Amino acid sequence: MSDLTLNLSQLHRERVLAWLQEYGVYVAVGALLVFNVMFTPHFLSAANFRTQLVQVSPIVIVSLAMALVIGTQGIDLSVGSVMALAAAVVVLYLGYGAVPAIVAALVAGALVGATGGALVAYLDIQPIVATLALLVGIRGLANVLVPQLREFRNPDLIALGSDTFLGVPFVVLVAAALTVVVALVVRRTTFGRQIVAIGGNRAASELSGLPVRPILLAVYVISGVLAAGAGVLATARLQASDPTSLGLFMELSAITAVVVGGTPLSGGRIRVLGTVMGALLMQLLSATLIKHDLPQSWTQMVQAGIILVAVYATRERGTR
Amino acid sequence: MTDDTTTLASSTPWVPDRPARWERVGYLLQQHGAVIVLVAVVGFGTIAFDSFATAENARSIVVSSSFLALIAIGMTFVIISGGIDLSVGSLFVLGGVLAAYASPAGPLAALALPLAVCGAIGLGQGLLIARTGMAPFIVTLAGLLGARGLMLAISDEGATTYLVRDPAVAALGQAELFGLTCPVYITIGLALLGMVLLQRTRFGQNVYAVGGNEEAAVLMGVPVVRTKVLVYVMSGLLAGLAGALNAARLSSGVTILGIGLELDVIAAVVIGGTLLTGGAGGILGTMAGVLLLGVIQSLINQVGTLTSAFQQVVSGAFLALVVIAQRQLSKAQRL
Repeated sequence: MSDLTLNLSQLHRERVLAWLQEYGVYVAVGALLVFNVMFTPHFLSAANFRTQLVQVSPIVIVSLAMALVIGTQGIDLSVGSVMALAAAVVVLYLGYGAVPAIVAALVAGALVGATGGALVAYLDIQPIVATLALLVGIRGLANVLVPQLREFRNPDLIALGSDTFLGVPFVVLVAAALTVVVALVVRRTTFGRQIVAIGGNRAASELSGLPVRPILLAVYVISGVLAAGAGVLATARLQASDPTSLGLFMELSAITAVVVGGTPLSGGRIRVLGTVMGALLMQLLSATLIKHDLPQSWTQMVQAGIILVAVYATRERGTR
Repeated sequence: MTDDTTTLASSTPWVPDRPARWERVGYLLQQHGAVIVLVAVVGFGTIAFDSFATAENARSIVVSSSFLALIAIGMTFVIISGGIDLSVGSLFVLGGVLAAYASPAGPLAALALPLAVCGAIGLGQGLLIARTGMAPFIVTLAGLLGARGLMLAISDEGATTYLVRDPAVAALGQAELFGLTCPVYITIGLALLGMVLLQRTRFGQNVYAVGGNEEAAVLMGVPVVRTKVLVYVMSGLLAGLAGALNAARLSSGVTILGIGLELDVIAAVVIGGTLLTGGAGGILGTMAGVLLLGVIQSLINQVGTLTSAFQQVVSGAFLALVVIAQRQLSKAQRL
């Protein structure tokens, strides 16, 4: 009898956790919005929403890439350094015009991604070490290229960071467009299914003839390109190249967004919309705490708590 | 070949009379590669720069490496057990601020408070990892954020820097014997203790067992949960101790230290031959890895025209090379 009740409560807990993993992030974002509308003065203004969205856009872009990488059971710690490298490269090549400079930055990101991908896919190095080496080395490279903060006056690049279309900043539009693209890739393309298959069971994917290594390489290249794109957008908004501090801790923010969004770290599942919501949740949370005059230290401790709850809900359960 | 297929390959019947010399060379290289490279780099530095092989330079390398080395001892245990601890950088700075905060009450308090708090955080992380099965990577990432938040809360958002005015506390970090400071001796002592603990005690063997194959360890009756928890407690304690000693050395609880320190520590441990997959490695290699990073930095300083950013490039490239070499060597062993 007591066994039965124990089993029932166990079952109940499992179901609550599963539900939390599936919808927790939406509920949390909704609750924060309601709280802010009720208690935060000047929250419901277009200017405020615009600021929040502009701030969160680079994080969203990097998080989308991170979600793909985590979906393959990998991790990419180099994203923040790639942002810094993109900032350095874009300002170095700005003399040729904005478009060639941006292309150069994206190519640099792709090269870093390809290096990490080759280490992971072809040399079988663990993703965490391979991208850790890149995190250290690429940040150094960016600092060697541009040792200190360098301002620029290229009007095209400045426009990319500050112009709006129908009242929505370009930066936000780019992030939204990339979200749609990544969601479509994951749900509707063979490539997307292959990524999830590799993350779910690499041995089985190999045995069923998937080109596992090229796919892994491609995922890390995508991650590098998206991180470089985020770096270019952030630089354009700053109107200065700052390789020393741009993208610091970005890997942590991105991993947090992905995990809070309900994507398990064990791979095999990618939640694109959840990831965007995860990034929004963390942004809203810190904005809320700041607006209510709670210090930075609180934000960090609350974030730590949220990460733990999210991972507890998404951790591998016995039923899987 | 993936991990899974190599495991399959290695489970095919083993031919015992196959010459194992190459395997043994590979094993030795992997275990002691860092020591060999360290000797080579020091030799190169001695020949290339007149001002490199001086007692003063050696002293400064050893003294500045000692804090990294202390944290790396704990990290070696964690990584051998198959885990990772990203919180050490935050615990290092938290330990320093707590030590300076408690320093008016004397040296005992200045050590006890950081050790108690950092040990407790390590205990919490260890329990979460061992009992709930959450990934060490993410639990200690939360620990990184939480501990830094706690540090900021204590120091008025980093605005207050507590000073160490008690000379007895400052002596913990500054007192010298034969030209080396107190933290160096503490590091050497704890490194030796760590070696004995890892190689000669049941706890040490349990750490290897848990990291090598957790399921097998459970079946053999190894206390897996207790071993894992202890490893994270140790890591927290050592990071807190390193922070406290550093605060004593600087005579203040500086709040802007320790950012990215966990990555340096992991790099040193990996360069030292400890496998991130767990189950293999040792303290001696880790110490060689720490010294190697210190020597590379010193060499780059000797060149003079290169900035410290260049050191990061070298460290990153070096880490990648070491990991590739390790991977190839461990493949060669399995052939």
